[in-house]
Amino acid sequence: MQDEMLDRAPGDDEPSMVAHDETHAGLRAYLIGLALAVILTATSFWAANTSLLWAPGVATGLAVLAVAQMGVHLAFFLHITTGPDNTNNVLALAFGVLIVTLVVAGSLWIMANLNDNAMPSPELMNLHMQH
Amino acid sequence: MSAAASIPSGRALRTGSEHRGPASKRIVVGYGFWIFLLSDIVMFSAIFATYAVLVHATAGGPTGAQLFDQTNVAIETACLLASSFTCGLMSMAINSRNAPATYIFAAITFALGAAFLGIELREFAGMIAIGATPERSAFLSAFFTLVGCHGLHVSIGLLWLVVMMAQVAAKGFRPNVERRLLCFSLFWHALDIIWVALFSIVYLMGAR
Repeated sequence: MQDEMLDRAPGDDEPSMVAHDETHAGLRAYLIGLALAVILTATSFWAANTSLLWAPGVATGLAVLAVAQMGVHLAFFLHITTGPDNTNNVLALAFGVLIVTLVVAGSLWIMANLNDNAMPSPELMNLHMQH
Repeated sequence: MSAAASIPSGRALRTGSEHRGPASKRIVVGYGFWIFLLSDIVMFSAIFATYAVLVHATAGGPTGAQLFDQTNVAIETACLLASSFTCGLMSMAINSRNAPATYIFAAITFALGAAFLGIELREFAGMIAIGATPERSAFLSAFFTLVGCHGLHVSIGLLWLVVMMAQVAAKGFRPNVERRLLCFSLFWHALDIIWVALFSIVYLMGAR
């Protein structure tokens, strides 16, 4: 079933292993993924609540930890790899990430700009008061 | 598997064999569902962007820092992460055609997902009870849209899991049932990925 296939469905594990080996390798991948995800989540919650870290940098740190954890989930739970059998899956993912980045960054940028420009300057506020 | 004879040679793997036929239905279905999931994530990104734009528009109402309970969120996160893990174990049980293990891991996955949903609904009820309703401020509208949309996905996933277990019981491990189970596990893992973004951006950054 798995032979002659150069593509692999997302979520499918390595096809090339013998039955019982596959179970072990699969379990190991899920356990590594779980351990990494727990560590990253715990670090996120710690970083958000501690006073040891430089406060303005925490938001960036949380974003980095979140991106890292999403990567862990993709690699160990969804079995997205960089192998040749995964090219289609990775390309689709890359396109998704591009659109997500454009939507989020673009919205924030445009709305911040609009906010700045719509805010009346102090002089303007004074003129209103004088009328 | 009449396959032993036709395992591709190393050269064919490198160059991309000229003789491979169309991809199997499992790969086509998995890929199609992967595209759907990515488009779902794009939809979530629009809601995330809306939330990020409106997060300070509290209109004199309660802010995130006043409303969010980190212990609740930690328990929710643990539930969803553990259910993602047991969903992976369920996929392994399905691959080895182990029906009892499939049911057990599906039941654990369902219980953890339901616990997540219960805690989330209790949090919503508590917020609405103190007047922090979606119509109180733009921030709260965006909050309930974003978190509620994720909760709705989890509810649909739970329903889907029940249907899939009924299909395994009634039809056994047929190829079409296995393809649906593959799609379900992709869906469930994707929900956990969205939750990672959600607890980081909404609850952890919002509580500061």
